Amino acid sequence: MNSISTKYATLIAMVAVIVIAPMFFPSSFYYRIGALIFINGLAVMGLVVLIGYAGQVSLGHAGFVGIGAYAAALGPIYLGLPPVLGIVLGALISGSLAWLIGRPILRLRGHYLAVATLGVGILIYMVLNNEAQLTGGPDGMPVQAIGLKEFLKSIGYSVKGSVMWYWLAAIVLLVGAVIGLNLHDSPTGRALRSLHDSEIAARTVGIDVARYKLRAFVISAVYASVAGSQLALMNKFISPDVASFLHSVELVTMTVLGGASVIFGALVGATILTALPQVLTMFEDFEHVLLGLIMMLVMIFMRAGLVPSLIKLIRRLTK
Amino acid sequence: MTLLQIEGLGINFGGLAAVDKVSFAAKPGEIVSIIGPNGAGKTTLFNLISGIYTPSCGRVMLSGQDITALPPHRLAALGMSRTFQNLQVFQQMSVLENVMAGCHMGEGNHIFADLLALPATRARTRKSRTTALELLGRVGLADQADQEASALSYGALKRLEIARALATNPRLLLLDEPAAGCNAVETEEIDNLIAQIAEEGIAILLVEHDMKLVMKISNHIVVLDHGKKITEGTPQDVAKDPKVIEAYLGSSAGKEVSNAVG
Ligand SMILES: Nc1ncnc2c1ncn2[C@@H]1O[C@H](COP(=O)(O)OP(=O)(O)OP(=O)(O)O)[C@@H](O)[C@H]1O
Ligand SMILES: [Mg+2]
Repeated sequence: MNSISTKYATLIAMVAVIVIAPMFFPSSFYYRIGALIFINGLAVMGLVVLIGYAGQVSLGHAGFVGIGAYAAALGPIYLGLPPVLGIVLGALISGSLAWLIGRPILRLRGHYLAVATLGVGILIYMVLNNEAQLTGGPDGMPVQAIGLKEFLKSIGYSVKGSVMWYWLAAIVLLVGAVIGLNLHDSPTGRALRSLHDSEIAARTVGIDVARYKLRAFVISAVYASVAGSQLALMNKFISPDVASFLHSVELVTMTVLGGASVIFGALVGATILTALPQVLTMFEDFEHVLLGLIMMLVMIFMRAGLVPSLIKLIRRLTK
Repeated sequence: MTLLQIEGLGINFGGLAAVDKVSFAAKPGEIVSIIGPNGAGKTTLFNLISGIYTPSCGRVMLSGQDITALPPHRLAALGMSRTFQNLQVFQQMSVLENVMAGCHMGEGNHIFADLLALPATRARTRKSRTTALELLGRVGLADQADQEASALSYGALKRLEIARALATNPRLLLLDEPAAGCNAVETEEIDNLIAQIAEEGIAILLVEHDMKLVMKISNHIVVLDHGKKITEGTPQDVAKDPKVIEAYLGSSAGKEVSNAVG
């Protein structure tokens, strides 16, 4: 019962945020930031599955964001795919690659795993950077539009691109949330969460730990890939920077800050790290100092991350 | 009729033979206790049998099949389950979910159905929940089902591990100090629980320092000292054995061994 209500509470809260936020947007520029938050949030949800559920870290997930982005960019050019199918192509490539490299890598633990996944991310970044005749190299390349705006116009709705992407990314984020929440309370989710807490005990109840870690890795790679495809299609331009180490670190930071164990934490973490720098620009030179300070304070006083810590606090106060 | 057969099992840790060519057997429904002073190698023996360590010599046979050094999840599928001396509880899951995780093998392998929460997945979860609640009732933790596991007392966590192990539907159950940290009443309850489990035909290997409990419920006792089996037999035989008294000499457990049989 408890878990069912968690699922619906999370979804209601997310829908509320998505619908209410635009009422406070002073200009359509904010729709763009909103869409960016949702897209990052989707990649972070994948990391919630990997880090929060299964307890495995990855410092290379921006690599899968990059694969998704370039699949959406290159699929239409080289395979004649409609851009939407580019998203599927990216997810397939990312999932397969994660499955292949996950096998040897996920045998590692803790900081060894961190370094190995870091390597994966760097490798993908290098390929995107160096295959200039295909990817345009460090300068990036244009991406064919998804065509939805024109379609909407033809049936009599004319919307701004930023507004359209806000709602599109929100829907995809909600779908991602539903899947992540389903997983949490399913047999697979319980297997992941148990190996997180004790691999030895998980093994002795019959859980094939290697196989389940691999599944979490593949799922999270697909989330990251879909996020990357959306990013490319929204920006209509893509450069290897989406796959950079810095972006990987950002994603993990969002995950941990929001609270890796809960799906709603993904939205909160993505919001803070995407929007806060914009808000903090008014402090000019102190912008980064303040951002760093906030992150440190959250980790010191709320180690479980913002959302789980706040839930705990509210439970204690209402008891 | 033998369910478990241990043949010359051993392991070395940097020159120290922590378990030294130990052999014994267990039948279905039998309670075989492994006793011995601290550091005798009891937990290490459990780790060898349950596939956590790879033995340097010897074999483990389950119903005539060689299962030496199979990975623990394969052993679980063959009907072996265990609890841990140093608790291995899923701390961030609820008490109920801990036991539901024990139902894993009965839930099958349906990743896409799980992602989409298809009715079949929800039915599997409901079934595991029912099984888990029943088992929690059996170990006396039904009232704590929805608490976080980390909120339970030490003795309760020991019982939680038993419920989780039972959820795997074992033929052979390894219990490493299940009564540690329990008061007299709880020990009595564990004692009854173990006897009940054995009555269902499950073979039990028991490591326990509470000699009164061991002497009362064991069918057979294996005594280890410095990794070696020094003797084995019925509780009466073992309690009278001068080698056992000597191994325990000076320790309070030594007096307990002789007092327990009186
Ligand atoms: N992984 C390991 N590496 C090295 N030595 C080990 C390891 N595990 C156990 N030992 C050593 O093997 C010996 C047996 O330890 P074990 O834990 O099996 O004893 P025990 O009989 O369970 O003791 P206790 O009653 O205190 O639980 C000890 O000397 C211990 O230090
Ligand atoms: Mg021990």
